[in-house]
Amino acid sequence: MFFKFIMRRLLYVIPMLIITTLIVFSFILLIPGDPALALLGENATPEKIAQIHAQLGLDQPVIKQYLNWLGNAVQGDLGRSIFTGQPVEEAVFSRLGVTFQLVIVAMIFAIAGGLFFAITSIYFPNSWMDYVARFFGTLGTAIPNFWLGMILIIFFSLQLGWVPATGFTSITESPGAFLQGTILPAIALGATGMAQITRHLRSSLIEVMSADYVRTGFSKGINRWQAIMKHGLQNAMLPVVTTIGILFGNLLGATVVIETVFAIPGMGQLAVNSILQRDFTMLQGVVLVLIALIILINFITDIVYALLDPRIEY
Amino acid sequence: MKITESPLLEVKNLQTYIKTKKGEIKPTNDVSFSINRGEIVALVGESGSGKSVTSLSIMGLNASAIKYKPESSIEFKGRDLLKLKEKGLRKIRGNEIAMIFQDPMFSLNPVHPIGKQIAESVVLHKKVNYKEALKRALELLNKVGIPDAARRINDYPHQLSGGMRQRVMIALALACDPELLIADEPTTALDVTIQAQILTLLRDLQQELNISILLITHDLGVVAEVADRVLVMYCGKVVEEGTVDEIFDSSLHPYTRGLMSSIPPLHGISKDLLDAIPGVVPNPLELPKGCNFVTRCDFATERCHQVEPELTRYPSGNRVSCWNKLDKEGEMKEHVTTSINS
Ligand SMILES: Nc1ncnc2c1ncn2[C@@H]1O[C@H](COP(=O)(O)OP(=O)(O)O)[C@@H](O)[C@H]1O
Ligand SMILES: [Mg+2]
Repeated sequence: MFFKFIMRRLLYVIPMLIITTLIVFSFILLIPGDPALALLGENATPEKIAQIHAQLGLDQPVIKQYLNWLGNAVQGDLGRSIFTGQPVEEAVFSRLGVTFQLVIVAMIFAIAGGLFFAITSIYFPNSWMDYVARFFGTLGTAIPNFWLGMILIIFFSLQLGWVPATGFTSITESPGAFLQGTILPAIALGATGMAQITRHLRSSLIEVMSADYVRTGFSKGINRWQAIMKHGLQNAMLPVVTTIGILFGNLLGATVVIETVFAIPGMGQLAVNSILQRDFTMLQGVVLVLIALIILINFITDIVYALLDPRIEY
Repeated sequence: MKITESPLLEVKNLQTYIKTKKGEIKPTNDVSFSINRGEIVALVGESGSGKSVTSLSIMGLNASAIKYKPESSIEFKGRDLLKLKEKGLRKIRGNEIAMIFQDPMFSLNPVHPIGKQIAESVVLHKKVNYKEALKRALELLNKVGIPDAARRINDYPHQLSGGMRQRVMIALALACDPELLIADEPTTALDVTIQAQILTLLRDLQQELNISILLITHDLGVVAEVADRVLVMYCGKVVEEGTVDEIFDSSLHPYTRGLMSSIPPLHGISKDLLDAIPGVVPNPLELPKGCNFVTRCDFATERCHQVEPELTRYPSGNRVSCWNKLDKEGEMKEHVTTSINS
């Protein structure tokens, strides 16, 4: 039954992916500037430009360009960077690993912190922890991530010298160096998410804790901690799961800024460079993979939701 | 029931209050009653009369806004529940005193299977592991008449009907063999036919297990079916108390009579109480000076407007707080001065 549910959800994903490719392809066409000019410089001859256009397939009808690109993309070939000639999928996937590790650490930070703040705030109502959680939940969502990133660099790297200000080491190379390199950008990236989860989960828990079934729990003789952890949390998490899914997409988008601030060679940085260089094949690949990733996250969100809520019909 | 035994539960001068911006509300105003072992006591009254606050006071589960006056006490097997610490109360809740609630749609956790919810209580109070607790849960589900219980034990609440869910709640409440079961309007949210089944189940279980039940309802028709003794509450006060026979044959309070005339001739078909008793329950912030019922009473005299009557025992056995003793026909008679104070 659950397998069938997953398969059905997957079926929804396919048309979404097709629409995505259409949008990605047509938006790239709308970006101003001629890639041939970017390649050749301002004083290129018309013949040279035409030659480059032919090389890139830009002289063909748009539909044909799209179908060619799609056909190759399905086979895992996203074309070559018009700037460096490197296969796009190679560049994208090597960068994706970096961004993915960063975003995962940021998500863990946001979720763990959100759970901690929300739960302590409910367990110790009107304590200083509660006020911290409320204050952070309200104002934390307004912290600009690049600003927080720079503050963190100035304080922890430049002044205290605890961690390097820039650079990235993959977890597969050295977990220690990985943590040193990701901790600050992950905090900068995840702080607003942590605030969002804190606020949302806290209000959700408040509602759930006054539910009849929690009172039933108390009438069995459980204590407040058991009431929160065994009866409150799973119910309170239901609406928050959606927030977390959306957050993941937001964090992916925010890496564009954070990777630039921390000089991390990830997808965000690749996207920025591709735009600056009018490397449209590269940009297509980057955006396509990012959107596909967000669709995948939505899919996972649906499944997690169904696992948490037995009332969902498979 | 043996009268010589001391009561299982004795509520004395239960006075609760809530401070609001507009003044003080007294959900229960000097409520006293007792429940003997093996007895079913019904607590009857319209919505807002303080029945739930009374029962939650016994459980120690009232909202934190509700405070107790120091003269209140609730003695359960010799201990004053109102003086017990939270930790002591937790050992009693679900173990010695259990409770079922009005709406079975919301009183079970939607994300846990029913068997797990029953087992939780068993593990909490008895020295058993989870597997043994689940066995106990299955036994209980069978006892309360869940068909195909062995399979149903893994069902989630939404997979059961309202009546079945209330049976599960009863199983949950009985999980640790409590001595007192509080049922706060256990049938109000159910269909009429199901109501009768649940009441029958409660009565049968009471006889089999010899537990005491405090049955809260706003429907006197329900009371006639199962209860031994009846307490009638109005505006936070007990206005009449007696055995079922006393109440049904010779109730003395006009409010009780009003409630009785609202019982439809064909038992079970519940009619709206507002039809039977004219007027509305007064605002708890603006209670009348004399008797609380004066705004809706056909027999009110000047004295009723001025002085509040006290709960007084009448020769017939009932305890009544009314200046006008009413005979069976409901005619007004002189207040009997020979009445003895209880
Ligand atoms: N948590 C609360 N906050 C404010 N008022 C309350 C609360 N609980 C009960 N009350 C008030 O106390 C009175 C009695 O309520 P309740 O015991 O629930 O009545 P019943 O169960 O007989 O319908 C009502 O006037 C109600 O408004
Ligand atoms: Mg009530």
